[in-house]
This record gives sequence, structure tokens and C-alpha cells, in this order.
Amino acid sequence: MKIASKAYAALVFAFLYAPIAVMIIFSFNSTSSTSVFSGFSLEWYKVLFEDEATLRALYNTVILAVCSSLIATVLGTAAAVGIDKFKKGVARSSVMAVTNIPMMNPEIVTGISMMLLFVFAGRLVNEDAVLGFGTLLIAHVTFNLPYIILTVLPKLRQTDRNLAEAAQDLGCRPATAFFKVVLPSIMPGIITGMIMAFTLSLDDFIISYFTSGPGFQTLPVAIFSMTKKRVKPDMYALSALIFVSILVLLILYNIAQVKSEEKSKKK
Amino acid sequence: MSGRSSLKSKLIASPYIVWSALFIVAPLIFVVYYSFTDAAGNFTFENIEALSKYAPTFLRSIWFGIEATIICLLIAFPLAYIISQKTEKVQRTLVMLVMLPMWMSFLIRTYSWMALLQDTGIINSFLGKLGIDPIHMINTEGAVILGMVYNFLPYMIMPIYSVMAKLDHSMVEACQDLGGSRLTVIRRCIIPMSMPGIVSGITMVFVPSVSTFYISQKLGGGSFDLIGDVIERQFQQSYNYNLGASLSLVLMVLILICMAVMNRFSGDEEGMVI
Repeated sequence: MKIASKAYAALVFAFLYAPIAVMIIFSFNSTSSTSVFSGFSLEWYKVLFEDEATLRALYNTVILAVCSSLIATVLGTAAAVGIDKFKKGVARSSVMAVTNIPMMNPEIVTGISMMLLFVFAGRLVNEDAVLGFGTLLIAHVTFNLPYIILTVLPKLRQTDRNLAEAAQDLGCRPATAFFKVVLPSIMPGIITGMIMAFTLSLDDFIISYFTSGPGFQTLPVAIFSMTKKRVKPDMYALSALIFVSILVLLILYNIAQVKSEEKSKKK
Repeated sequence: MSGRSSLKSKLIASPYIVWSALFIVAPLIFVVYYSFTDAAGNFTFENIEALSKYAPTFLRSIWFGIEATIICLLIAFPLAYIISQKTEKVQRTLVMLVMLPMWMSFLIRTYSWMALLQDTGIINSFLGKLGIDPIHMINTEGAVILGMVYNFLPYMIMPIYSVMAKLDHSMVEACQDLGGSRLTVIRRCIIPMSMPGIVSGITMVFVPSVSTFYISQKLGGGSFDLIGDVIERQFQQSYNYNLGASLSLVLMVLILICMAVMNRFSGDEEGMVI
């Protein structure tokens, strides 16, 4: 039974990693084929670093992810703090229902609904090319917000309400009490939400595809227009580099987590 | 006093409420508005009437979505169980391995499957070396389903695993002590207790599978049009926003109905099972 379960797990992981393995192997291909391996070369990595359009798109993607996750974190944390004070009732459940919409709706519907709004608004001000960094930023903040709110809310529920009151009784102004007492205790939730928002924003294709214009392309959108033609291994090289950097980050994160757990165990 | 300060602290949610009214609720109103108007902005039922032509596409999308969801569930449940039985350290590594592919561009991973599945692709050239005749895989229904299963499998594994990892093991032991065979324990004890994770996994796989547009184009070669493909074309090629909006409206309503049915099983309103 043990062997069977190990073999099963190995099989599923092989399935999950097969295309990634193909990608990494063929990024070293010496010809432009993505199905026949003819020899090892670093040619495609060189091509990649000389391709300004792709590097530009990568830069755009990172800027957008940083901006949108920061804005969403501030807006979302404030929202969670406010919503937490709402009594159970119509107001609270309708705010929560609206919050859930971007998570439940198919991404394509979220994308086109925002596109319709932007196009309509653009017509009102007689501007044809409304789609660009601004609209992408609005779209990304919007789909990031629920993740922030839904990771911060449970942390707020776990926080002892008396703590903030105690701080106020001891002479803190409400705002100071919030920053000194409540904020530190919900920080882990805020950070988890922000990391989630950041990665979602980096990776998003569908919503960006409908809300971006030719002036400002993110990497997934650029990749999409490239995969319409034949993909050359330089895209594989880029993906291989992204894969390795995420792997390294995850390993570092895990090591840090294990260490902090050991520390708290010793206490 | 306390009433006033709590009103003040509720106000801190107002920027978000304004934001969500503008960018979550208003866009949906525009979907409805565009569905019932023509290109000049006049009221019409034309777009809704045109939908009947797309009934087969809707049915195919739902059918593919159901198939992909069931396969994902069948693959994910045993794997989640296996992972949850490991030591904490191994669990963490395996979970990381499950999530890692999700951070790669799904476009590139899907494209990479094309290279694997093609008639002269990697799998077939490997089979050729073993003396087996090539198998036609790309541009079939199976290839599209495979693409969906591949892309959305982690969304099924993660919620089921996170419920199983927190399962009360004394319950499982009690079940065994009462003489339950291995299968009975799984059927009567583990499956019911992991239901919230299963429900959440099903919605997380079904929704993107039904509405996908890239996978079917690449792995189906254009012969298995899904509803997402049709919507995408209205917005990016034929610029018929009104028809596209009405298709999206129906897709959204269909999915909301499915979600409402599924939520009856779980009943958790604010929690997220991840």
C-alpha cells in the first residue's frame, strides 16, 4: 500500500511537471524547434536579454503588481477594519456579497465588464484610447481587494476587542490605539494577503487581456500575442528563469518559516 | 460616545465601498445594459435572441467543465489524502510542489503541452523509438480536457488537502476501532469530513474550466469552440460588444446558479478554504 501511494503521488507530480520539464529542456535547444532537441546552447537566453519588448513587458508587469498590491492592501485593510465593526445584518451581508463577486465570477466576465465600463467612460470624454496603465491598475486593484479583505477579516475576529479599548482607557487616541495594538496583531494576515495579491497580479492574463491597450502591455499579454504565432525557445528561457527564481524564493521562505517555528517552540 | 466612535471606525470602510460600487457593481450593470442595447444604444432583444445559436457551445462548455471537474476530483482526492498522512515537513514540501506550477504563466505551460501532444511531438517521437505507431492526441476533445485538468488540478488539491490536514484524527481512529475497514473509513468518515474542501475545490475548478478560452484554442485546434472563445472573439475580433455582453450575462447567471447550488452543501459565508 505504501509503495502504491508513493507511486501514485509520483505519477501526479510527473503530470504536473512534464510541461515544465519540456520548457526548461527546450530553452537550451540550439535550433528554434520546440519539439526536436538538436543540441545544447545558451543562444535563446542571449536572444531573450536582447529583446527589449519582452524586458519592457516584464518591467511593466512588476511595476503594476507592486502598485496594485500596495493600493489594494491599504484600501482592503481599511475596509476589513470597517466591515469588522458592522453588525450582522443587511449592510454587512451585502458588502460581503459584493466582495465575493470578483472571486466567484469567471475572470472573463470580470474582464469584459470592466472593459465595457472603461470603453463607455472613454466615449463620454471622447477619448478612444482609454485602455492603458490606469485601467489595468484599477482592474488589478479590484480583483486583489477581496483577497486582502478575506485574509485580514479572520485575523481581526481573532483579535481581542478589549485590547484596543484598554489602550484607549490608558490615554491612547483611537488612531494610535489602532496602530499600536490592532495593526501588529493583524499584520500576518495583511502580509499574506499582500503576497497573494502580488502573485495574482503578476500572473493575471485574462483580466489584463481585456483591460490593457497597445500602449502598456504586461508579460502575460505579450506572451499571448506571441503564442498566436509559433513560440520560439526564448519564451521558454524566460519561463525557465521565472521558474528558478520562484523556486529559490519558496525555498528561502520555507527555511525562514521552519526557523521561526523552531524559535517559537524553544520559547 | 461609543456609538460615535464606532460610526467613525465604520467610515474607514467607505473608500472601499465607493470603489466596489464603481468597479465591481457598475461594470456588471454595464454588462446588462450592453446586453439589451444595439451598437447605437437603442433598446433591443436582438442579442438575447441571437443566443439560441450558441446553445450547443454553452452545452459543450458545461459538459467539458463537468468532465474536467470530475477527473480533477478523482486525481486530487487520493493525492490530498496521501499528502495529509505525511510528516509536517514532507507535507510542506509537497504542498509547495503542488503550488509551484501555478506561478508559471499558464499560457506557456499550455503551449508546452502542444509540443508534447503533437503528431510529431515529444510523446509520439518517444513512442516511435519504442516501435509504437504515433497516436493522434492534439486537437481532440481529450486534449482540451487534459489542458483543463492540468491547469486547474492544484485548485482541487489545495482546498481538499487543507481540510484533510486539520481532520480530527481521533474521529478516524474511532471509526477504525469500531471495526471499519479501510474503505469504510474513507467512505463514511474521511469523505464526509472533507466535504467543505471538496465543494470549494469543485467550484474552483468548474468556474475557470467552463469559462476558459485559451486552452481550447491551443489544444483543441479551433474545432472545440467553448463559450469563452466566442466571448473573446466578440470583444477582440468582431467588436460586437453587445452580443459579447449578452453571452457573458448568460454565462454569469449559469455559474451563479451552479454556485448557489454548491453553497447549499457547504454553508460557510465568509471563510476561505485555502
